[in-house]
Amino acid sequence: MEILAEVFNIGLLQNTLRTATPVILAAMGGLLTEKAGIMNIGMDGMILVGAFVAVSFSFACTSAAMGVLVAVLVGILIGIFFAIFVVKLKSDEFIIGMALNTFAGGLTVYLLRSIFGVKGTFSDKGIVSLPTVHFDFLEGIPVLDPLLNDNSIFVYLTWILVFLTWLFLYRTPYGFWLRAAGEHPESLETAGISAQKMKFIASILCGVFCGFAGAHLSLGYLTMFSEGMSNSRGFIAFACVIFGMANPPKVFLAALLFGFLQAVGIRLQSVGVPADLTAITPYLATVLMLVYIVASGDRKKKNKAKKQLENI
Amino acid sequence: MQESIVRFENISMQFPGVLANDDVSFDIKKGEVFALVGENGAGKSTLMNILYGINKPTSGNVYIKGQKVEKFSPSDAISHGVGMVHQHFMLVPSFTVAQNIVMSKEPRKYGIFYNLKEANNITRRLVEEYGLEVEAEDTVEEISVGLQQRVEILKTLYRGADVLILDEPTAVLTPQETEELFQVIRKIVEEKQMTVIIITHKLYEVMAISDRVGVMRQGKLVGVEETKNVNERILASMMVGREVLFDDIEKTGEPGEVQIKADNLYVADNRGLMAVNGVSLEVRAGEVLGIAAIEGNGQSELLEALTGMRPVQRGEFYIQGEKSNGKTPGQIRELGLAHIPEDRVATGVSLQSTITENLIIGKQRQSAFSKYKLHLKQSSVVRYAEELFEKFDMRGSGIETAVGSLSGGNMQKVVVAREFSFDTPILIIAQPTRGVDIGAIEFIHKQIIKKRNEGCAVLLASADLDEVFRLSDRIITLYEGKITGEFKAGEIDKMGISYYMTGSRDADTQKEEGGAQNE
Repeated sequence: MEILAEVFNIGLLQNTLRTATPVILAAMGGLLTEKAGIMNIGMDGMILVGAFVAVSFSFACTSAAMGVLVAVLVGILIGIFFAIFVVKLKSDEFIIGMALNTFAGGLTVYLLRSIFGVKGTFSDKGIVSLPTVHFDFLEGIPVLDPLLNDNSIFVYLTWILVFLTWLFLYRTPYGFWLRAAGEHPESLETAGISAQKMKFIASILCGVFCGFAGAHLSLGYLTMFSEGMSNSRGFIAFACVIFGMANPPKVFLAALLFGFLQAVGIRLQSVGVPADLTAITPYLATVLMLVYIVASGDRKKKNKAKKQLENI
Repeated sequence: MQESIVRFENISMQFPGVLANDDVSFDIKKGEVFALVGENGAGKSTLMNILYGINKPTSGNVYIKGQKVEKFSPSDAISHGVGMVHQHFMLVPSFTVAQNIVMSKEPRKYGIFYNLKEANNITRRLVEEYGLEVEAEDTVEEISVGLQQRVEILKTLYRGADVLILDEPTAVLTPQETEELFQVIRKIVEEKQMTVIIITHKLYEVMAISDRVGVMRQGKLVGVEETKNVNERILASMMVGREVLFDDIEKTGEPGEVQIKADNLYVADNRGLMAVNGVSLEVRAGEVLGIAAIEGNGQSELLEALTGMRPVQRGEFYIQGEKSNGKTPGQIRELGLAHIPEDRVATGVSLQSTITENLIIGKQRQSAFSKYKLHLKQSSVVRYAEELFEKFDMRGSGIETAVGSLSGGNMQKVVVAREFSFDTPILIIAQPTRGVDIGAIEFIHKQIIKKRNEGCAVLLASADLDEVFRLSDRIITLYEGKITGEFKAGEIDKMGISYYMTGSRDADTQKEEGGAQNE
């Protein structure tokens, strides 16, 4: 009982929000490319580069805003780079995505050593972290105060971005074009709009979202960059996109679920479960999620057929 | 009426290895219905794609309303007032009717937001103005093909088209829907002074709807004629370049024993929805049983089940008297069945393999072609392939050609040659002439009748009603996976049978009326 109280408390929900945020951000980018008909597994690399760039420029300009801004700009460049290969030159999206991840891993390690002269981790007092947000009116309210107060700014921005993503996809013509480009590109082309252009835009926006995710990762609660710090969040974001059927609110919930499971994992450590074991929770959850999708789809089909026979 | 609205001037279009259009020049006049006919690969779609700006001609000029076309892109064509309804619809399945109609010219709120309500209103106004009934808020994937076509037409009208290109518009329609489409065409031509260009290879439709007709063959324009001065036979020989004999092929012999029997069969489709709902049928030796049905009414699933490619949910079926539920396609073939599948590219041939290899598939273990079932006897395989190549009149650079590089007609001949040469007592045939040119259709039809006359039991499904009528001794109609009518050849006409295909009549009404009567 005591152990349960140790694990399941308000701190768990706080952790959920924190760990889910970078995944939600990347997943919003991933769902845009998914809707545009691009299978994007390069998000992990995009996040990693974003995290590195954010730390570097926050340090160099002593400004977190500059860190975020440049992370976004670089995200745009990576998005364009990705789109040139995948959309324009029609290379295999899987290969390019993998290449991007490998490249990002190597590049950040190289730059880390050549610019900052450190191995593994770069942290310095000169890196400015992102501000937290405090709402006075929440003070003293149980649950809400500890949960919603004093989070890093991106926790809040993320909620707005989820809504904006939905608004863009389902309430603006551009969102309709983007979805048409993924679902039936010829119909968009014959209506006089370039499907390629929409795929480029999706890819660039994905770069922007991953830039945010990276910046949040390295300037949010920790102010440091360490090699491979994206830690497969890009892949988990991809799993969330699939799990949430590329629908913004559903993907948001999927990412929260993932964050919750990871938070449980972290808190289990504090009651003595080995860290190596708890570290697998998110990945185990990802595998289970995806198996569930396939299995439930299969079962639905079978049940459907059976049910129809019963009614005859 | 005599004013030229579109002019093609010495149009040539060179694709890698193919001269798709060869120095084509003619005029289309304002307010006419112009039919463009020709076999597959004659270049008619290419020419229309040029007019619609999808292709840029290698040489030559296009004039629309007297203006020379400088830039070739669909949006430029649209701004010239040209609209095109493609053979494969250009609709986004998950969007609503209205969303598809206004796509790329959406009504907006505050400049950036999509005014979804206004899109519905626009659609309703268009529906009213042109009398093309369709529900604005329905999702496109849930409406019938005929309605989807209306959405396509409305889409072009919303963009202000006054020249409408229809690419093979009736290929997917029932006779009833075709008649409705023709009424729409007449209406927009007469009331709205539109010009309609219709690409087709169904000659009776040319006669029914067009004012003038242009015939293309191998990229060249053979001629442009006033429709009233020609007939189907003249047009057919212009298309093919020789006399085409569309005489009925003589059927001989009496039906024998039951070879295929299905008893209350239920089969589910890929989504798990029941596609075949309790079908019972028998096919006897020496007869052709034709299935007349609109696509998606269970005929594909039925044939796949009977050939062992799809599991049966309930009911039983017998091939040559042997219960065959749960047997694999291989086991069913061994019972004496050959199968021409619906989609030759996906399941009929191996595209990378040569004609020889494709012809030998399924026979590779026969002692005539292999040693100890391990090693192919190359010389006898080649001799056999050459024999079939000759007999089935395949064109191409020889038996070592990769099948993927053949035209649809020649590819289909490879499938027909392979399957027919199994000499089985049962043939299950789906869409034998889809995308096949007239010359090859004639040939394949003759082969099917020949098999029938030799005592083969043939089960045939085709989206082409003419084909079903021409080949079948008996016809059943399927609607939503149920048999809605059964007819002997000559008992009903195309218009009459379409009521059964659309479910507006079924077997009960048929009985009440004492057998089917023509409409």
